[in-house]
Amino acid sequence: MTELVVISGKGGTGKTTVVASFATLAPNAVLADCDVDASDLHLLLAPVHLREEEFASGHEAVIRQADCIRCGACLAHCRYDAVQNTKGGAGEATFTIDPVSCEGCGVCVTLCPVAAIDFPVRVCGSWFVSRTRFGPMVHAQLGVAAENSGKLVALVRRQARRVSDESARDLILVDGPPGIGCPVIASMTGATAVLVVAEPSVSGRHDIERVLALASHFKMPAALCVNRWDINPAMTEEIERVAAAQGAFVAGRIPYDNSVIRAHIAGLSAVEYGGPAATEIAAVWRNLWTML
Amino acid sequence: MRRPHEGEEEDRGAPEGQTLDEIPNQSAWTLRAGSRVASEDSRRGYGSYRGQSTLSIAPTNRAGSHLRGDGSRPEGTVIIAVASGKGGTGKTTVAVNLACAAQEPVRFLDCDVEEPNAHLFLKPALTRTEPVCIQVPVVDEARCTACGKCQEMCRFGAIVSMKSGALVFPELCHGCGGCAKVCPAGAITEVDREIGMMESGSCGLISFVHGKLNVGVPLSPPLVRAVRRRAVAGSLTIVDCPPGTSCPVVAAVRGCDLVVLVTEPTPFGLHDLALAVEMARKLGLRCAVIINRADAGDRRVIDYCAKESLPVLLQIPEDRRIAETYSRGEVIVEAIPEYRLVFARLWDTLAGAHG
Repeated sequence: MTELVVISGKGGTGKTTVVASFATLAPNAVLADCDVDASDLHLLLAPVHLREEEFASGHEAVIRQADCIRCGACLAHCRYDAVQNTKGGAGEATFTIDPVSCEGCGVCVTLCPVAAIDFPVRVCGSWFVSRTRFGPMVHAQLGVAAENSGKLVALVRRQARRVSDESARDLILVDGPPGIGCPVIASMTGATAVLVVAEPSVSGRHDIERVLALASHFKMPAALCVNRWDINPAMTEEIERVAAAQGAFVAGRIPYDNSVIRAHIAGLSAVEYGGPAATEIAAVWRNLWTML
Repeated sequence: MRRPHEGEEEDRGAPEGQTLDEIPNQSAWTLRAGSRVASEDSRRGYGSYRGQSTLSIAPTNRAGSHLRGDGSRPEGTVIIAVASGKGGTGKTTVAVNLACAAQEPVRFLDCDVEEPNAHLFLKPALTRTEPVCIQVPVVDEARCTACGKCQEMCRFGAIVSMKSGALVFPELCHGCGGCAKVCPAGAITEVDREIGMMESGSCGLISFVHGKLNVGVPLSPPLVRAVRRRAVAGSLTIVDCPPGTSCPVVAAVRGCDLVVLVTEPTPFGLHDLALAVEMARKLGLRCAVIINRADAGDRRVIDYCAKESLPVLLQIPEDRRIAETYSRGEVIVEAIPEYRLVFARLWDTLAGAHG
């Protein structure tokens, strides 16, 4: 089984455009949208949910006011500023926990002298197994302002592998999150290879070094394609040079093409809609297979 | 006029040589923006520049509010966070050009610590570097009795009790300190583990701070919070946020006065804008929208803003010159003079200083 993860470091470089087009070109793939914060692949693939599950991860502390003796131990022990004394000053102290700030470490729960803090499991989002016109898809939506996106990413990948085993599909295409932090690390560890979609700008150049450093940190083969390369041809060449020097395979260039936006507004992948960018995305796809 | 510089966190007064009264709107520090997005203006396809003062932001410290700014919101500060659900919509472009078009000293905090980019455009002289650490446990093997209390405490699997003693996995540690507190043998102490660094400096009227997460470190919110704590009392602060709607973004936008959400008129832009608005509202924050590449897509974003009564502060046209200027690392208000007026007008919209 091959698991190809498409990432970018910087957001908005065209990851999802590329993944949706690859989905169009791949005859036998399972799709996994690991950008659980702001997932967009479903907007192009119109998935029909076959299975929907809650994603529960970690716990959150909740003070039972009836049992609280207002000693303030929780406030003193919390390192995340999650415990708040809502009636300071003259009024009697009332301690509450802000669920958004609570890290779920349980320190207050353990150290409360009268065991007045409950620690229920926290529901952080939902995940789905769906059918699309290009094959099965596993995707998720993290609750707004929720955490543990890395764990949800890991869960989406695990489910995608299960679907791939059950349906005898030998390729998993992963739409990764932006950045280089926890969700990105969770989306790439143990995969076959990463494709980095870059943009030819000073930001793109800066981010490519960090994201390729991350790939080599996890000893993963990496490929690169520059999207909207003709916005700055000199920068494109420089990025390709930098990437090649860091051991990445240069898989092609995608031109600036407004038909990509028109395709997305029509709910189609760039390759379904056609255009100069679509032609080059198909070339990147073929080149990737020579690397894999 | 003195430029803001490092070590100014403790500063409580107006910049030297300038009284509070001389700084426009300083005494009230009220930002106002038009909210007539549902009006004729938006239907005609452009944002309302004529402020109607329904979005007014005063620098209260919100003590007693359920949203405590964890020290990231000093008194008298006006904090504008530039964010977006979707990446690559032009957050950094907006934040940088807004800062460059300001007529007064601003503090610029780049909180996109996974991929900080604003310095590539502002080109500040970075004169100070400081590591940012979280506290992780170390176990004194001689004292450890392998009782297992630390493992029981840790929710993140970062400390495992073996027969030979406790074993720490620092990369999983969230730094809560629980293990050290529950260890009956006093065998656990905490040491600093560097997760990234903060660099700061200045350029013109802008005093600049950014955070840079070390490659391979999964935990960015503590670094985001550290950068946010560098907002200066009594001054205007612009925060360039990470993309998304989860913990790093929450850490960046908490306690700000206005979240400016940059989006584009595409299905992706709309979907992620709606998530970002939901996040801002959940945190009790006001938000307003800037539509980038406004004429490249369809009307669904502007219709959504009208429906949700979100002020559209600015619509930036699809202009290849912007993309090219940006790609070279140049500031648009400097490279394409007509945009200086556009961003100056954005300040007017924000400050309610019309005409």
